Amino acid sequence: MRSRSILLTAVAVLALAGSAVAADTPGVTATEIKIGNTMPYSGPASAYGVIGKGETAFWKMVNDQGGVDGHKIDFISVDDGYNPAKAVEQARKLVEEEGVAFLFNPLGTPSNTAIEKYMNAKKVPQLFVATGADKWGDYQHFPWTMGWQPSYRTEAQIYAKYILKEKPNAKIAVLYQNDDFGKDYIAGLKDVLGDKYAKMVVKEASYEVTDPTVDSQIVTLQASGADTLVTAATPKFAAQAIRKVYDIGWKPLHLLTNVSLSVAAVMVPAGPEKGVGVITSNYGKDATDPAWANDPGMNEWRAFMKKYLPDADMKDNNYVYAYGVSLTMLQVLKQCKGDFSRANIMKQAANLKDFEVPTALPGIKINTSPTNYHPIRQMQLQRWDGKTWVRFGDVITGGES
Amino acid sequence: MATLETSRPAASAAAPLFAGLSLRVWQIIGLAAVLAAACVLPFVISSYQLLLATQVIVYAVALLGLNILTGYNGQFSLGHGAFYAIGAYTTAILLDKTGIPYWATIPMAGVLCFIVGFLFGLPALRLEGHYLALATFALAIATPQLLKYKDFDFLTGGVQGIVISAPDAPDGLPLRADQWLYFFCLLWTIPLFIVAWNLLRGRTGRALVAIRDHPLAAATMGIDTARYKSMTFGVSAMYTGIAGALGALLAQFVSPDSFDFFLSVRFLVGVVVGGLASMTGAFFGAIFIEFVPNIADLLSKAAPQAIYGVVLIGCMYLMPTGVMGLVRALGHRLGRWVAR
Amino acid sequence: MQAFLHQVLSGFATGGIYASVALALVMIYQSTHHVNFAQGEMATFSTYIAWKMISIGFPYWAAFLLTLLFAFVLGVAIERIIVRPFYKAPVLSVIAVFIGLLLIINSLSGALFDYTIKPFPSPFPSDAWYGGPYLSPHEVGMIFVTFVVLALVFVFFRFTPLGLAMRAAAENPVSSRLCGVRVGWMLALGWGLAGLIGAVAGMMTAPVIYLDPYMMFSVLLYGFAGALLGGIDNPWGAVLGGFIVGVLQNIAGAYLVGTELMVTVALVIIIGILVIKPSGLFGRPIVTRV
Repeated sequence: MRSRSILLTAVAVLALAGSAVAADTPGVTATEIKIGNTMPYSGPASAYGVIGKGETAFWKMVNDQGGVDGHKIDFISVDDGYNPAKAVEQARKLVEEEGVAFLFNPLGTPSNTAIEKYMNAKKVPQLFVATGADKWGDYQHFPWTMGWQPSYRTEAQIYAKYILKEKPNAKIAVLYQNDDFGKDYIAGLKDVLGDKYAKMVVKEASYEVTDPTVDSQIVTLQASGADTLVTAATPKFAAQAIRKVYDIGWKPLHLLTNVSLSVAAVMVPAGPEKGVGVITSNYGKDATDPAWANDPGMNEWRAFMKKYLPDADMKDNNYVYAYGVSLTMLQVLKQCKGDFSRANIMKQAANLKDFEVPTALPGIKINTSPTNYHPIRQMQLQRWDGKTWVRFGDVITGGES
Repeated sequence: MATLETSRPAASAAAPLFAGLSLRVWQIIGLAAVLAAACVLPFVISSYQLLLATQVIVYAVALLGLNILTGYNGQFSLGHGAFYAIGAYTTAILLDKTGIPYWATIPMAGVLCFIVGFLFGLPALRLEGHYLALATFALAIATPQLLKYKDFDFLTGGVQGIVISAPDAPDGLPLRADQWLYFFCLLWTIPLFIVAWNLLRGRTGRALVAIRDHPLAAATMGIDTARYKSMTFGVSAMYTGIAGALGALLAQFVSPDSFDFFLSVRFLVGVVVGGLASMTGAFFGAIFIEFVPNIADLLSKAAPQAIYGVVLIGCMYLMPTGVMGLVRALGHRLGRWVAR
Repeated sequence: MQAFLHQVLSGFATGGIYASVALALVMIYQSTHHVNFAQGEMATFSTYIAWKMISIGFPYWAAFLLTLLFAFVLGVAIERIIVRPFYKAPVLSVIAVFIGLLLIINSLSGALFDYTIKPFPSPFPSDAWYGGPYLSPHEVGMIFVTFVVLALVFVFFRFTPLGLAMRAAAENPVSSRLCGVRVGWMLALGWGLAGLIGAVAGMMTAPVIYLDPYMMFSVLLYGFAGALLGGIDNPWGAVLGGFIVGVLQNIAGAYLVGTELMVTVALVIIIGILVIKPSGLFGRPIVTRV
């Protein structure tokens, strides 16, 4: 495989002798584009490894359909074990040894933070990073790094505004995971509530990913007398929280992070009747929500899954995520119109206009510009009715924090 | 836990000669060759490979620290990732908040880790075997929690961690930053190994091994076991902490997620695979923990950890006493064969 | 006061989970003098087998019993095939093998059964009279099952010749062999029974914290702490230790330092107790023969 592509390169170079090929386009030959990616296939976050599998399958599909402008995609995804030191090592391997054109969707806030400086110093695009932290989009300091999904902080701001509108005298309790994911929700609430935060938020309780349950935290939060609960927890703990809140007879206004809105992996395990009234906000469609059972966009995703990942877990929303973010990347490559220099790839990534992804909610559009590195900024509130998520209100565009 | 056997061949009265030179001379020649190779290395391999080599050196220092405690002194630790973290954070915080030059932060990290390790070693004196494992495990769990605790945010950067810059080579040295960092790590590693070697082959080393093999007998012979054990904890933590400080310069980033419980487990695996109570083993162990995950990743995306586990068990099956255990056994056999 | 009671009972429920795993650790310690770090992953894997059987239509109790059988065979097989060659290896090499096992089984659980959490049915009706707002019927049932297993383990080691032979094989293999005890099979049996108890713990835990590949990882660590706190050579002590750890965590989180440091403080307290009583609260003092 490798030797053949070298041979092809040699042929191509001979054929185009004299013309400027590959001089300023590292990772790109006449027939191939090399894309790098890091994923936690091992270690504590290995559940996210499926995103890498979904993306590998996606680029295989693209190649089967003829590639991009006559270029096949060589997608090289490597394991960083969710360890920043390893991520640095792997990013350098991809850039220096494999010679990739750019990194696409490397996963994890710590891993991306660790490589951000290196990528920008080398002027290698670090595109559509898979993290919900708020800092991805700092086009002034890190012009080669771009996020994709709305940040957790933006989402928390939306919840805070909703609480202020619906329940101005709310007594708020917060359950959060004790890491960057959970603490971004605290930050988002503080952005909007400001001085009122100390008065309105009557209790915060954190949990560790190594805690078996969050039952004790829920009991503590209920005892504080709060009537509103904001839950920033991953699926297992979110399901536990919804169940425990119901079982102890607490009936707060419950706002739940969109990380944990999966019907099959959160609402059903928690007990569909126990989550009635829970509110979340989202930009994408849930793979297991019956509302999208016959949706053309989701059917496109299902057809892809059936053909390229027949044994995969169709309940896992990470595959939907992988499909959506890969489509965005594909759009950028198409916009490049054959000029796959790093500078042009970055320029096109910052030039997405009202691009719509079939796995995103209706009305959610992807927009970027040289001064807007937040591709998705829109979300819509939705409420659990016992069977499905019901959207309500308008599509909300998150502001600058 | 008191039976951490290591088959150390008895120093034979009449050292056998190989090609007219004694074993000792051959060892010195070998060491010189390795050192020469280590100095040439950064000029012949790629920048990425140099990063791996530097990481191996850093891990070797960390493993040497753990080996002093576990291999030589028989004290079990599931928490050395914590000392690595403290060393790394010391350097990162000093570089981030003060104007102290990077080279001066390394000894400061070492001193701090020595103090923490020594203090931790005092209550740990009363704990043995599984109980010590639990206590050190608690240290490994507690350290990331403390690093991200909100009241320490102003120092540690909380969950976001601290981004630092790698040092450039001193003026006048024609070296790239990564080459310089390699030599900088090597400049720390060599004296640390020499000091450990001097410490462990002499009176102190014999005392440590005596405590490991038979604490009661050692105490009876007048060895102050409490002092030795807590000092060993301190020295061990110091080595691992210095490795952490060097590792922070290498990764240019520290965060609580960098130092989870699995780091401590990796160190323990490295020590066992390399060979208990062996200084050379630290390098083999470091090579194992650095490269086996990469190999596993190449073989399987679905279950790389399963491959890692299989390789680990396979290594233990072939070399129950680690790489150096095997080397010693082979050397012993070779020695007998030559003597015959 | 009501909230305090609620915290204690909630801690009691979590403690019940720790206690059931602590029992599996006592079982393997009594019969091999090792602490098997892969015990939790073996339990998780067995629970997945039960989940698979239930999801293809087996009745709960049939799946339960078949899983116990599976877990027993799995334990025996792992001992005979993987652990046996290390019988004479240094302790730390054995621990490295346990770590390898942990990684393999955890990785296989994820690869075979995916990472999304799965609800697992409870054998106890959700509207049973013994449930209440503080402890769900399943949690009450789970604690009851833990005590049943405890009684069985206690009777087994205390009153049956087989239990005596197993303890003897672990304590002094050479003398036991001279007395006609088949030491090799005793070790395998210990692994099998520990696997079986672990499977019970897994199937009792899964309805509470949901089934995923990491389900038993942290449970094992706190179960380990509980077992050592109570005394790892004493099943009663280990179970009590498990409950103490569960309650202690809740109290520390709710009243002492807040949740961000609750695990740290709970562990520091446990270590503190062990420094004062090095063989656990209810363990036999360690006597060394000179």
